[in-house]
Amino acid sequence: MLDCTPKEPLQKDAHTIGKINPIKTCQPVGAMYAALGIHGCLPHSHGSQGCCSYHRMALSRHFHEPAMASTSSFTEGASVFGGAANLKTAIKNVFAIYNPEIIAVHTTCLSETIGDDIPTIIKQSEVPEGRYVIHANTPSYHGSHITGFSNMCKGIVSYLAESNGSEKKERANIFPGFVNPGDMREIKRIVTEMGVPSIMYPDTTGVMDSPMRDTYEMYPRGGATIEDIKDSGNSKMTLSLGAWSSDEAAATLQSKCGVPGVPLRIPIGVKATDDLIMAVKEGFGVDVPESLEVERGQVVDTLIDVHYQYEGKKVAVFGDPDIMVPLAEFLITMGMIPKYVVTGTPGNKFEKTVNGMLEEAGIEESRVRAEGDLFDLHQWIKEEPVDLLIGNTHGKYIARAEDIPLVRVGFPVFDRAVHPLMPIVGYKGCLRLIEMISNVLLERRDRDSLDEDYELIL
Amino acid sequence: MTMTDVNVDELLAPMPDKVKKNRRKHIVKKDLSAGSCQQIEANTRTVPGIITQRGCCYAGCKGVVVGPIKDMLTITHGPIGCAYYSWGTRRNKARVDDRTPPEEIYTTMCFSTDMQESDIVFGGEKKLAKMIDEVVEIFHPRAINLCATCPIGLIGDDLGAVAKAAEKRHGIPVIHYNCEGYKGVSQSAGHHIANNQIMERIIGTGTEKVDGKYVLNILGEYNIGGDAWENERLLEEIGYTIGSTLTGDSAYVNIRNMHKAHLNLVQCHRSINYIAEMMETKYGTPWLKVNFIGIDATIDTLREIARCFGDEELIARTELVIERELAAVTPEIERYQKILKGRTAFVFVGGSRSHHYQFLLRNLGMEVMVAGYEFAHRDDYEGREVIPTIKSDADSKNIPELHLEPEPGIYRPPHLHLKMSKEKYDELVASGVLNDYKGMYPDMVNGGIMIDDANHFETEELVEIFKPDLIFTGIKDKYVTHKMGLPSKQMHSYDYSGPYTCFKGAVTFAKDVAHSLSTPAWKMITAPWEQSKTEQR
Repeated sequence: MLDCTPKEPLQKDAHTIGKINPIKTCQPVGAMYAALGIHGCLPHSHGSQGCCSYHRMALSRHFHEPAMASTSSFTEGASVFGGAANLKTAIKNVFAIYNPEIIAVHTTCLSETIGDDIPTIIKQSEVPEGRYVIHANTPSYHGSHITGFSNMCKGIVSYLAESNGSEKKERANIFPGFVNPGDMREIKRIVTEMGVPSIMYPDTTGVMDSPMRDTYEMYPRGGATIEDIKDSGNSKMTLSLGAWSSDEAAATLQSKCGVPGVPLRIPIGVKATDDLIMAVKEGFGVDVPESLEVERGQVVDTLIDVHYQYEGKKVAVFGDPDIMVPLAEFLITMGMIPKYVVTGTPGNKFEKTVNGMLEEAGIEESRVRAEGDLFDLHQWIKEEPVDLLIGNTHGKYIARAEDIPLVRVGFPVFDRAVHPLMPIVGYKGCLRLIEMISNVLLERRDRDSLDEDYELIL
Repeated sequence: MTMTDVNVDELLAPMPDKVKKNRRKHIVKKDLSAGSCQQIEANTRTVPGIITQRGCCYAGCKGVVVGPIKDMLTITHGPIGCAYYSWGTRRNKARVDDRTPPEEIYTTMCFSTDMQESDIVFGGEKKLAKMIDEVVEIFHPRAINLCATCPIGLIGDDLGAVAKAAEKRHGIPVIHYNCEGYKGVSQSAGHHIANNQIMERIIGTGTEKVDGKYVLNILGEYNIGGDAWENERLLEEIGYTIGSTLTGDSAYVNIRNMHKAHLNLVQCHRSINYIAEMMETKYGTPWLKVNFIGIDATIDTLREIARCFGDEELIARTELVIERELAAVTPEIERYQKILKGRTAFVFVGGSRSHHYQFLLRNLGMEVMVAGYEFAHRDDYEGREVIPTIKSDADSKNIPELHLEPEPGIYRPPHLHLKMSKEKYDELVASGVLNDYKGMYPDMVNGGIMIDDANHFETEELVEIFKPDLIFTGIKDKYVTHKMGLPSKQMHSYDYSGPYTCFKGAVTFAKDVAHSLSTPAWKMITAPWEQSKTEQR
């Protein structure tokens, strides 16, 4: 496996250009995922058919759910003369045939390179009464899928959120970041458990984890309603989870409607979950219910009880920055050593943040990289191995080549099921992470032990 | 309502007039009383906004044809997405063989120039050239492919010039494909572009001797789930040598010697017929349309290949292998026939599968009511005889057509390839066996629907009308089908099963289909409390 990669460590400047086995993909898939978090929305890809097809495939493979979206079906003519006619035709046909409440248009590298002016085209389009067309610019040659998610979140706020100028409602907006519906469900549950009403968007619960029903619904029952999104301008505050995926949208809502945004991490691990709960407690003056205290106590209890199963193990983690930052922090909480922490998404603040955490924990000689790739990570592992890999499906090649167990976290996970329904956030998510991590390490210990060392109780 | 009563116009009624008019031409109902196939519109633009299953030119070129060549390092020149989505997402299995060691296999890797805004503004040629230099230094590949994505053509990067300069620097072939996503109307344009370059730059450049009395190439076999290996197992047992496939588990070092083969077998007509035709012109290699999907189809195919060489010993061994394989699978097939008999299906898959799988399903007692292709041309539906009547349009004119001549010194007339007399060869051609494909229409059931570039709306309507037991489709439609209450199987990836070819493959397929239909959860969709409500009502 991966035998073509060099056996010896590379010279420092051997791989400086492009990506080999990337840890990021392009903006539009993030925008499509965000748009699916609006109820009754049909995402629309303004570009070649292949973009739309590839994004739908990626989402369907990860979630095991339909990912409906339409495309402007560019041909060479549209690429030369501009895609305005294609988009206008598409908007007309989509409303006539597929009848969504809202179309969320995102661009592609093709339409961005041409320079199609989407707001003007939308203004010139036939939009039925009471229906909406919104857009986000998502040039694939900038940032990553996380940037695209963020841009669509910002687009949703810019087009839809309104403030009626009256007193703000005792209610939280939650921008969940690019996470699974299982995570979104858990975050909503925690806030609800604290007695605070909330509006979450994008909200892919009930869309990308929709149940089997007697009848087919092209637009599943889940997703944030347009009405709620509009009203989010009247909420008291926004819990903005994930600096890369949510902060821009929160800042936009703050300046547009005067709803203050509270920048938080995606609540992975005890500390990040504590931070979310403290923000809700302080923001709304509510008490933390005993139920959450119990959940937290169970996590700490488990960490103390079974720390020896994983403590001191070296881990390579890779994936999206908003997941990597709190995950690395939780690994530190577990007493593990995040040896390599890599994201494909650009941004210096990633390295600064993670290095800061490592320094504070007194962990030396770890390597942290933003805008890295799996080829780099693999070469690092060849230089100095780790005990565990945590990341998306693409890590499975390294896992096999180097015989290291892989815990699947993040996007995309193409080779396992059920994960999108199960949270890694909140205290419940802590328990799930502990279970996943210690299980693979113990399986490995069982597998590798001699008969005389093979133990019944661990 | 019987199948023949279905009114296609009613099906499309809710669509806007312009869309209706367009889509009507893409749907043909098989009507035995009408004689030949009514003309179907295909390989034309999808109406914007229609939820099509189609992909793009890049997907057809890099994703389908070029990507699987295991010993070529393929760099996608563009922003990160295109390379990312075509990384390991088709199941073209590849393995080590005596000419390609593990160090020369790149199919699990993804190479992208990851173009940034500044590259779009100032051009990406330098970046691409530098990346080529780096990967040559790190990996030492035998040969490199460069695939273009949408922005490349727009900003004017000259891939050909970069490739040529890199060849000079490194002394290895660097082959470029101008397969920008917007070219053509679907993946099909990308197949054609890939075919042209493989023909121009690889096939015929090899000088090694290819041993074997009867050397076959298998064109348009992508080794999904190991299909090619199952075909090869049988063919080699009968006494053939496989020169190369195109392109499942293929290697540059074998493709370049493909002109040494005696006969080209064509499995996926759409994606590879260009090379079959061009090799016939340039080298005189005859081609035979084959189908290893389905037991009867495999038997016919094996017999036809043997007939092409007319060697009695080969014919006898063919019959022996058929007899043995058939005996091994018949009891199991009969068991599955009992479960599957009378079930109906839709098949929406690309290339030739929507045609091929009709044979296998019929073997199992099932019938296909609706079949469609995403990116076919008229000849895939109506047969190659319509090719001279297909009008080119603005989209198809953009794809270069190679005009080849017989290669002096290498060209041999086709009958010599098959070691037979000219008269006997002409007889074979006249009987319709060689160098021809009759398309899907003759094998459709009477009253069945042939639909080109089917979209989400039409699929829903057709399900309502025909109420099939199962839909064979791709990942984008798989879960939609499930939510409609229907089992589905992915026919691009076989839901990670396979191989499905030949005799043993038919059993694996039958088992998988039976499981799709019978998985107990289908009976649990309605909760018990809802059932009691229904009873009360």
